[in-house]
Amino acid sequence: MPEPVISIKGLRKSYGDTEAVRGIDLEVSRGEIFAFLGPNGAGKTTTVEILEGYRQRTGGEVAVLGEDPERAGREWRGRIGIVLQSCRLDPYLTARESLELYAGYYSDPRPVDEVIELVGLAGKADDRTGRLSGGQQRRLDVGMALVGDPELLFLDEPTTGFDPAARRQAWETIAGLRELGKTVFLTTHYMDEAQRLADRVAILAGGQVVARGAPEELGDRDSQPTVITYRGPDGEVSLATTTPVETLNELTGRALAEGFALEGLEVKRPSLEDVYLELTEQPGNGAVEQEVARP
Amino acid sequence: MSMLIHQLRYDQKAFWRNPASVFFTVAFPVVLLLIFATVFNGQTIEVDGGIEITAYYVPAIITLAVISATMQSLAMSLVIAREDGRLKRGRGTPMPAWVFIAGRVGNSIVVALLMLAVIALLGRVLYDVPIPWEELPAILAVLVIGAASFSCLGIALTALIPSQDAAAPIVNALLLPLYFLSGIFIPDDELPSGVIEFANHFPIRDFFQAFFTAYLPGGDSGLDWGNLAVVAIWGVAGLLLAIRFFRWTPRSG
Repeated sequence: MPEPVISIKGLRKSYGDTEAVRGIDLEVSRGEIFAFLGPNGAGKTTTVEILEGYRQRTGGEVAVLGEDPERAGREWRGRIGIVLQSCRLDPYLTARESLELYAGYYSDPRPVDEVIELVGLAGKADDRTGRLSGGQQRRLDVGMALVGDPELLFLDEPTTGFDPAARRQAWETIAGLRELGKTVFLTTHYMDEAQRLADRVAILAGGQVVARGAPEELGDRDSQPTVITYRGPDGEVSLATTTPVETLNELTGRALAEGFALEGLEVKRPSLEDVYLELTEQPGNGAVEQEVARP
Repeated sequence: MSMLIHQLRYDQKAFWRNPASVFFTVAFPVVLLLIFATVFNGQTIEVDGGIEITAYYVPAIITLAVISATMQSLAMSLVIAREDGRLKRGRGTPMPAWVFIAGRVGNSIVVALLMLAVIALLGRVLYDVPIPWEELPAILAVLVIGAASFSCLGIALTALIPSQDAAAPIVNALLLPLYFLSGIFIPDDELPSGVIEFANHFPIRDFFQAFFTAYLPGGDSGLDWGNLAVVAIWGVAGLLLAIRFFRWTPRSG
């Protein structure tokens, strides 16, 4: 078992009386794209900024690339790449110049032209960043995090506020990082983003991890009840069942025998979104983590 | 060291492409010189035994230009970069903090030296104010000490500026009155002595006097150690405050 790239044990962070992070345990292995999913205020940015070395934790143990981010130095910062949740790049430098400026900070940078290609800005390289669209600026921001050829990349809400086309392009860029063998730690509040990009997801609510696992297994969706709704003689009926085939058989049989219609009949499995909303609804209030083992 | 030159190169590019920074630090002092020197041309004033008013305004406007290129420009551009998240982003790279700060201060000193040349040349060509070449070492020494000191004060000042919108009002509210009171806009023989006494508590007046002394051709000019020392002390105080209170992360959010 190789040493994890990120290892967190019992992480806590308080601001005055408020506990933003209330005991998180996590491990991220090399080459994996890990998504930290949760609503605003769940503690995502606080956690990622502790991992990046910007904030000091109140308790717990953290190792990123084998070092404590609070004490790590320049050499360590050369091995990580950071895209902040919000950062406006220098509007008076071109995309290429912004990358060249950052390349100069690293001992062994990736060639700037290659990075421009990677983030899909080939046609825009000589435009000033102030003239790039929001999505292009964000991809340039990812490029600036990549130019030092880091082992580990932090992306804090990389597509928040994007239109669908810009999101799709950003996703392609991020998915491309997998081919470079980078480890990516991503935060997002979009379910579909985590589902599309991540190998593993942890759902954060109220400063705690409430579920984790591969996106398709998250929240133990397979064992959640199916909901059947219809309008019968007694009005609107909603049934939750874990055996939908039997329940439907019994229901339709009764309807035929007694001669009533099942108006507006619907059979609904919980969507990932339902699972996510349910899990993040009551932050921390007795939320019990549901662990899903990877097959 | 090579990283510092790298940083300075890109700071220079960004500086010259920013219309606001070019206007306030380059065009504004030139316009002020043209206005003051043209309006009052031909008058003599009772300073240093009677000199042409244009010979007064050239060093006065250079003083202003140095302060704008350093304190004003740094305070504003650093607050903008801080609130945009660029300072924080830079701290997440292997670039050492001192390289970033030294790059910005170096950028300011380069612009200040350029403004010395521009204003001195305009004074010579348009108003016949001689350039005191024999005093060049003293002029450069005063300028560099002043530029470094006002850079430190500008960096320290960022701690008092909460947002991008507040940067220009706060900086101007501090500097503009002091330019008036220190005899930059109005020759100091026309200012009441109480005003000068008040201005003496602030480094703009000291820097102006030191620079004026260095720039005045012939006579007993040269280095005005007393005023220069006061400027340097302010600079060191600014440096200590900057080290203690400067922040890399946005105030908002």
